[in-house]
Amino acid sequence: MSLASSVELINVTKQFQNSVAVDAIDLQIAAGTYCCLLGPSGCGKTTTLRMIAGHEAATSGDIILGAQNVTDLPPAKRGTAMMFQSYALFPHLTVINNVAFALKMRGVAKSDRLEKAAKLLHLVDMSPYAERLPAQLSGGQQQRVALARALITEPQVLLLDEPLSALDPFLRIRMRAELKRLQRELGITFIHVTHGQDEAMALADKIVLMNNGKIAQVGSPRDVYNAPRSEFVARFIGGHNVLMSGTKNIAVRFDQMKLLGSKAKTKGPSLSGHVSEIEYQGNAFHVSMKSDDGQELALHLAEAEFDAAPLDVGSLIITTWDPASAHALG
Amino acid sequence: MREGRSRSFYVLALFFAAYVLFLYGPMIAIFVLSFQGPSGGLTFPMNGFSFHWFEKLFAGNGIVDLGAAFRRSLALGIVVMIITVVLSVSAGLAFRKKFRGSGILFYMAIASLIVPSIVTSLGIALEFRVLDDVLRNYFLPSWETGMGLFTSGLGAHLTWTLPFGLLIMFAIFNRFDCRLEEAARDLGATPWQTFWHVILPIILPSVIGIGLFGFTLSWDELARSSQAIGAVNTLPLELQGLTTTVTNPDIYALGTVTTAVSFIVISVALGLILILQKRQKRFGNDAGKGL
Repeated sequence: MSLASSVELINVTKQFQNSVAVDAIDLQIAAGTYCCLLGPSGCGKTTTLRMIAGHEAATSGDIILGAQNVTDLPPAKRGTAMMFQSYALFPHLTVINNVAFALKMRGVAKSDRLEKAAKLLHLVDMSPYAERLPAQLSGGQQQRVALARALITEPQVLLLDEPLSALDPFLRIRMRAELKRLQRELGITFIHVTHGQDEAMALADKIVLMNNGKIAQVGSPRDVYNAPRSEFVARFIGGHNVLMSGTKNIAVRFDQMKLLGSKAKTKGPSLSGHVSEIEYQGNAFHVSMKSDDGQELALHLAEAEFDAAPLDVGSLIITTWDPASAHALG
Repeated sequence: MREGRSRSFYVLALFFAAYVLFLYGPMIAIFVLSFQGPSGGLTFPMNGFSFHWFEKLFAGNGIVDLGAAFRRSLALGIVVMIITVVLSVSAGLAFRKKFRGSGILFYMAIASLIVPSIVTSLGIALEFRVLDDVLRNYFLPSWETGMGLFTSGLGAHLTWTLPFGLLIMFAIFNRFDCRLEEAARDLGATPWQTFWHVILPIILPSVIGIGLFGFTLSWDELARSSQAIGAVNTLPLELQGLTTTVTNPDIYALGTVTTAVSFIVISVALGLILILQKRQKRFGNDAGKGL
């Protein structure tokens, strides 16, 4: 369909009346990447996306798409298309007319634009629904229509603002697989804003984790998960204990914590404490504990391991970990 | 708790029945009395049953020309409707952005709902008399008056319809999802295309509502017209004149005819809406399903 293009942000800042939403960020996204902007609400990820789309003017800095500086171009001239949160389908237009909207605005003849729209509906598996109104569609169907509508402009970069947040959990997992498939097939750059780390881990080639208007860490999901750089990253990406080690903090994954019997001795680092909560999660037991020096931590025990020495809330336990699996946090 | 209705249900139902009777009783009474026999009067009892007063209505009434008053009211109502719609929609769009003095402007527009209508319209009439005097004394000695249906009359009606239209428009744009406009812009629509292809179709039912509202408010306006209308009368003014001078039930016949026309228009509109909804339903519905 269309060529992918790379996206580069250079020293981009967005200032609202008395707060800085995005604080001088630099970011490079290679063409054809599935990139997730991840972070808690208010971290500046949506503002960043809206600046790339052109719906928000950057206070300073430059936004480069491919070889073109698009900082001062209107949205439709940038080669981007945006899929809005809760889709923003036009309620008065049928599915096919929603998809054909961009072509109608450009003055494309009716038969041509409907033909093209029908092709895109086919791409997202929505052909039988062409004559329905958005109100007659389920959440997942609306999302497919929104995708088709955004893709009809043949964008080089597709921008998705929390596209899965309106769906129920089961459907969310199905739709995210479809987004990934679509991105692979089209080969264009996707930039996807989300606050769900599981969503970002599942989809992204590149995760951009943001906090307080700044980029906290950039990398592949495995890079970020295996080597969180700061306490914020370790906590936000989940699955990590943040522990004090001397004057510095370290992060250790829940599943790399080991359990020692209450009497056993270890040469490596260890913490003793009491079990505060036990959750069965199907593939493992999530055991929360409070150490004697007051730290909250958790470990994952395989079912067989748990059954060998069952624990109760209040049990005294000692945990240890391989120092090689611990990451110093900045 | 038992199954079945509580006592308060019956008390409230009785109250509601009284309310409905109070609301529609007058209309029913006029409807019945319009079929009064030729020798009957303006009140019960019925003196036979006939279409006499309808015939008389369509044959024309010798005393005042109701037809001309009808046409004047219709023309004024349509002009008021168009101006109300255009100004309310534009103001609704403008007020979505914050601008200096927006609060004061809003309260000034709404104030004419609170000020008694007689006072507003007297003020308008006085204003025109001052203008007349100035024009006559200093510029055009032959000038008679600027007051009339489409000057002072129109202005007086607009002080009544515009605040309503404005308030409705505010309520509509409060609920309007501005992401739809962003989506249109993202898809390459110009601001004018966005208005024409996205905003207007979505708010259209309300815009039609404001139009009908503006028309009706103007159509049966009495207090403001009585002060500011100038030399010619609108239909409500003529009718009010008739009730005090004429003792025949032909104005009841007029009431029945206009009510019948209203009901026919409403039925046709509802029927069309039902047909359109049914046509759209053919395509199925998966709303709310986890698909």
